[in-house]
Amino acid sequence: MSIVKLNVNGATHEVDVDPSTPLLYVLRNDLDLRGPRFGCGLGQCSVCTVIIGGAAVRSCITPVSSVHGEVTTLEGLSKNGRLHPLQEAWIEEQAAQCGYCQNGQIMTAKALLDRNPHPSDAEIREAMEGALCRCMTFYRVQAAIRRAAGGSKAPGEGK
Amino acid sequence: MSNPLQLPPELEAALAGLTRTSRRGFLVGSGALAITLSLSAASGAKALAQAPVASAGPYPDPDFLQLDTWIVIHPDNTATFYVGKTDGGQGTGTAFRQMMCDELDIAYDKTRLVMGCTDITPDQGGSGGSTSVERDGRPMRRVAAEARRVLLELGGQHLATPVEMLAVANATIFVKSNPDRTVTYAELIGGKRFNIALTGSRVDLTTGKAAVKPVGDLRVVGRSHKRYDIPPKVDGSLRWAVDMKLPRMVHARNVRPPFAGATLQGIDETSVRDVPGFIRVISRGNYVAVICEREEQAIRAARQLKTQWQRPAAAPFPASSELFDYMRRATPTSTSEPLVEGDPDAAFKAAKHVIEAEFAVPFQGHSSIGPAHALADPSDGQMTIYTNDMKAYSHRTGVAKFLGMPREKVRVIYMDGPQVYGRTAADDAGFEAAFLAKELGRPVRMQWMRDEEAGWDTKGPAHVFKLRGALDEQGKPVALEYDACAADYNHLWYNEPDTVLIAQLMGLRPAQPAKGSTEAPTSMYAIANRRTTRRIVGLPLIWETPLRTGNLRDPNGPQVTFAFESFIDELAAAAKADPIQFRLDMLEQAKEDAVFRKSRSLAVVRAAAKAYGWDTRPSPNPRAAASRDKVLTGRGVAYTYRNNTIVAVIAEVEVNRETGRVWAKRLVCAHDCGLVINPECLHHTVECGMLHGLSRALWEEVQFDTEKVTSVNWASYPSLRHSDTPEAIDIVLVNGDPNPGRPDLAPYGAGECSHKPLIAAVANAVYDATGVRLRQAPFRSERVLAALRAQSI
Repeated sequence: MSIVKLNVNGATHEVDVDPSTPLLYVLRNDLDLRGPRFGCGLGQCSVCTVIIGGAAVRSCITPVSSVHGEVTTLEGLSKNGRLHPLQEAWIEEQAAQCGYCQNGQIMTAKALLDRNPHPSDAEIREAMEGALCRCMTFYRVQAAIRRAAGGSKAPGEGK
Repeated sequence: MSNPLQLPPELEAALAGLTRTSRRGFLVGSGALAITLSLSAASGAKALAQAPVASAGPYPDPDFLQLDTWIVIHPDNTATFYVGKTDGGQGTGTAFRQMMCDELDIAYDKTRLVMGCTDITPDQGGSGGSTSVERDGRPMRRVAAEARRVLLELGGQHLATPVEMLAVANATIFVKSNPDRTVTYAELIGGKRFNIALTGSRVDLTTGKAAVKPVGDLRVVGRSHKRYDIPPKVDGSLRWAVDMKLPRMVHARNVRPPFAGATLQGIDETSVRDVPGFIRVISRGNYVAVICEREEQAIRAARQLKTQWQRPAAAPFPASSELFDYMRRATPTSTSEPLVEGDPDAAFKAAKHVIEAEFAVPFQGHSSIGPAHALADPSDGQMTIYTNDMKAYSHRTGVAKFLGMPREKVRVIYMDGPQVYGRTAADDAGFEAAFLAKELGRPVRMQWMRDEEAGWDTKGPAHVFKLRGALDEQGKPVALEYDACAADYNHLWYNEPDTVLIAQLMGLRPAQPAKGSTEAPTSMYAIANRRTTRRIVGLPLIWETPLRTGNLRDPNGPQVTFAFESFIDELAAAAKADPIQFRLDMLEQAKEDAVFRKSRSLAVVRAAAKAYGWDTRPSPNPRAAASRDKVLTGRGVAYTYRNNTIVAVIAEVEVNRETGRVWAKRLVCAHDCGLVINPECLHHTVECGMLHGLSRALWEEVQFDTEKVTSVNWASYPSLRHSDTPEAIDIVLVNGDPNPGRPDLAPYGAGECSHKPLIAAVANAVYDATGVRLRQAPFRSERVLAALRAQSI
């Protein structure tokens, strides 16, 4: 065990863990965050996604000691009590079914819009490809991303 | 109010509201309940919502024949509804609130809903079979109507006015002739008990004296209220079952047999003693788990633990590549009595044209995105399980039996979780957590790993079908033989204390393995001469096997409908008839039934064709077959029903003849589930049900060698992805009642029906595009490419 310093959602934390511990378990079990969840532990499904340095990172395969820079989780997207446009779009489109994977959908979409504010449909599909959902909410998730990106195209209108 | 259990906000708010009420004084004054109140927030709430009863433990069954069990009116003129259901993400919780609000005459945003807590909410069985709204919404409406009736009576006394002269709006009763004279529900009963007995021999028959409103008077039902559970799901604030934590909680992980049917020979505990936080290995029979202080420690210890296993004497199952051959040859464990209509033998003999075909669907998994999990708290001689199990009530009963505890000492608190489309491994994980917690005397959180979820969750049964059909000289179908064979012997039911995985691994066995089942196709087609036969086969190993079958979203419907609706398409092609016209002709000849399935089927199939813009012609598309384009396009239809809900789906696909990739570019669904409670929730459920079916059509296949499942992660068990998503999905809700004599339109289930016809619709569209008939699912690129090459397409 050793002391690891983490900057998460604007606050600094020190945790006493094995440095090889995947970031996911520190976020969930030491910091009591609920956005990132365990899905596969293999970096295949995106359910555990957080944003570090602007990139969507799979926290289930990221050793906590390797984290340098600010970590943003789903909880950190809202600012001053106001939801992020993606979160608002998610509610507007009613994008979730069970919702377990939606952290991965939203955080992957956040990283996409941060680097490409107006993605084409093809770019959305490509960027979101690794974000799995077993309720199959993809169609509404894509609509929500278009909505958040400023397009108000109804589902299916996009190319 | 402090909330040591960290319950989800809805439940927490409901409990806080309850304990602030004056009802607390009433109940504390009732003696024994004062003790219960001190136990915890949740058991306190139970005491508040229910009449006191003698019980063998702290968790007696809520009495569904007491109005107070279902509805509490608070002093702030809001209400909490208590229902014995769960919501797997289809928005049924929102629908329940809408239905109850309408009957109670209270605004939607002035209500809360508590679901699936076995000591608080009446036992409605949890979820399953698309029955939530259709069956279990009825008592909810009736008890809310009864509450309104009782409140009107109280209001009449309060206002010294006959009830007929009163009306209600937004939980406020007023005198029709003088709307300034009002009394609110809260003023009448806020914080007090109704003390009204209900009647009904079963929970779904529960009723008071009041009648529910006619459909025409419903104002909240029929509106697209946003789901209340989505905002806390997208901002990360909701506490799910997977997030539950308790003081002194520890983490467990399972160590599964490396080969199916293996016998544990030994455990070398020294192999994990150096793992930081290691607490114990707990093992009984072939069940092994490790427990550590921290989650990542438990994961490490489970991987590191050295165990020795002996392989079974005989191979537990054939490899997946040999599965269908095995099933064709296997001696059935049971055979259903053939269903015969007309004289099929004579009809086949006299027919102008006879065709036959075989179809196959492999095992497909739940493969939940969130591996199975639960937290069990064994404190004070009771057991509380926090789980997303959709059948909280049988979970409670099953765990109590398994642990040898009185039911009244066991409760299950349902919380949100990953998808629950039937008998998932959530059942198994709850039993494991409870067993380990009892052994250890500390709260234990269990979660399965990905390979465990994919490898050991329950599977939808593999099927092989043989169909034979005959056409007369006019190309009309005159005879049909349908034979279904399902690898479904020892099909698991829900939460059985002798069939959950831990029980099997410990060596427990029920007296008889379950027979298993498959189905006859559901359609209204008039075909005069029919023979339907069904048989079940078993794999060599039926216990402690990862190829356990259990209900998976309309348990056999997608498989059966794939075979049947593909074959109907083959008959249409043989008759050189348009696939939709061919179906309509058979539907026109059908007899009407009590729920108007004939008229509704015709309306649904026509609506799908209209919404798609279907041009009438036979399949395959002659232009597509003649072209040398890289991408061929086709359309295919499939129609079916599940119980009272009717569906027709049209898929438009692109088939890449160079890669074999199939993309469903557009899906159109016409859907009739009677009265619609929430159109947007319904749209989304229908849409996601279709895409789940599309995933099973294109990707899903459990693969195994002769000793273990080999499709154990998202690379080896691929599932639908963003790139597979259709460009357009159009849903038409064809909801109407063709019976003018019926006073009311009932809502029917919608959780599964749109899932059912997808494999068939895609296969039929691929045929239309290419002239190649795909008879084995899933339609992965390599299989499609091989089929195209085989026919030189």
